Amino acid sequence: MSLTRDQVRAIAFLARIRVRDDELDPLAKDISGILHWVEQLNEVKTEGVEPMTSVAALTLPMRADVVNDGGIRDAVLRNAPEPMDGFYTVPKVME
Amino acid sequence: MTGLTDLTIAEAAAGLAKRDFSAVELAQAHIAAVAAARALNAFIVETAEGALVAASEADSRCLAGRARGALDGVPVAIKDLFCTEGVQTTAGSRILKGFVPPYESTVTANLKRAGAVSVGKTNLDEFAMGSANITSAFGPVKNPWGLGSGRDLVPGGSSGGSAAAVAAGLCLGATGTDTGGSIRQPASFCGIVGLKPTYGRCSRWGIVAFASSLDQAGPMTRTVQDAGLMLSAMAGHDPKDSTSAPMACPDFAAAAAQPARGLRIGIPKEYRLDGMPAEIDALWRTAETWFRDQGCEVVEVSLPHTQYALPTYYIIAPAEASSNLARYDGVRYGLRVPGETLDEMYRNTRAEGFGAEVRRRILIGTYVLSAGYYDAYYLKAQQVRALIARDFTDAFGQVDVILAPTAPSPAFAIGEKMDDPIAMYLNDVFTVPASLAGLPAMSVPAGLSAGGLPLGLQVIGRAFDEETVIRAGAAIERAAAFDTRPSRVGRR
Repeated sequence: MSLTRDQVRAIAFLARIRVRDDELDPLAKDISGILHWVEQLNEVKTEGVEPMTSVAALTLPMRADVVNDGGIRDAVLRNAPEPMDGFYTVPKVME
Repeated sequence: MTGLTDLTIAEAAAGLAKRDFSAVELAQAHIAAVAAARALNAFIVETAEGALVAASEADSRCLAGRARGALDGVPVAIKDLFCTEGVQTTAGSRILKGFVPPYESTVTANLKRAGAVSVGKTNLDEFAMGSANITSAFGPVKNPWGLGSGRDLVPGGSSGGSAAAVAAGLCLGATGTDTGGSIRQPASFCGIVGLKPTYGRCSRWGIVAFASSLDQAGPMTRTVQDAGLMLSAMAGHDPKDSTSAPMACPDFAAAAAQPARGLRIGIPKEYRLDGMPAEIDALWRTAETWFRDQGCEVVEVSLPHTQYALPTYYIIAPAEASSNLARYDGVRYGLRVPGETLDEMYRNTRAEGFGAEVRRRILIGTYVLSAGYYDAYYLKAQQVRALIARDFTDAFGQVDVILAPTAPSPAFAIGEKMDDPIAMYLNDVFTVPASLAGLPAMSVPAGLSAGGLPLGLQVIGRAFDEETVIRAGAAIERAAAFDTRPSRVGRR
């Protein structure tokens, strides 16, 4: 699979990473090269093979559905870029 | 005080118990060594003040007869991927510069509780994505081997700062994390021991996530016994990580003293690659005789899907990374680059905050997970991963451990292999299969290349059988008698 400039632009938007126009061609080349390389997996017969989602042969544990943390607003906000009145802030999203 | 930075963890523990020296003296010697070796760029943050406080507390415990075990008062370094309460944690990325976690990772909390004294946070590839420690936003780390030869070498990656710090005598042990080889490959490049435990042995809670189904923390030390001592202090069940194994930990270090006699050693024929340097092939064959001489049986095994491990990894790891790194959006912590709209702020922040390799992997991961391509790439990779894991299960029906090289080359120069991502990815050709299968694997320094650089050999074991890995690793250590150290930085 070789990616076009437009495809790279679309993926970059999905990933929310700004990409300059002059970066599109080199990225398309790099990513296409890597995709060609990983496509050798098509040689492997995998019919009926259960996909492996985790190596941990564990049943995920259950725990009580209770509040076990909280009341640490200031600690949580301490690393926020522009906190205000105990909240995170973002650019205006509604007119 | 020079001798104090040459000790093993076991020797330091014995010396502290006998009061040959104090934990404060031990910490001071390492703080001085760290300061004298800043040319290596091994540390992002030095924590001398905290180290002296912790060392003084260790001394008080020792005097009161309440020492907490082998790590009490021992200077260690922490890869800057572990969140440390009140101490900047960056993952080597610009996007986390200035981030000071309000909490402590489970592994570092365990180490603190055991009395370990942290001298600082070590440099790494950005978000642990790299094999040469050249993608860090804080600059590359230099390998203490070859320093001053006019040609600076990479320490390997991603735990390159940790490996360099241990090799240069800046700490007695360091934490690393290994997703596709990030403990073992730098250990090989720097001539130290690096142990990636079984997936689930060490809690991932509080470790900046790269690829959650692969990430595993482990010790980097100068001896196999020390790796066992440090693993015992790091490991254990943690309810805060749902993939943490609810299993008791054995006395890992004791396994280093057990003779290897009777072990069955597997040599995977598919690891004998075309174009592998003759000296690495020769060292690997020499190690077969070391095991035979120690009463082991050496047999050939087959891991038929080996050649598909790297491409599988380079679908799964970027896919998981693209998901994990979605959290860096400029809203709650880390870098924020303003934009007119929320989307624009996200895009500006992530473009400026992430380096080229991280951006590339996020884009690949986003693509292979996107509608229409998921089955062709991600699902296929998960199926091949199952076959790779099955290969190991079959091989471990015949043998107790698998012996292989750790890396296909010794350390290379900073600046090499930077133009071709796939050439860089090939560094992990021998380490990635065990990662995909979640198995414990250890790199042990076994010899020197013709150019005088360290070469490691790797022992891979059954899930949750670190003891046999350590036992076999100790056999390599005894036979190799690898005691060459890089000329120590900052000393003449």
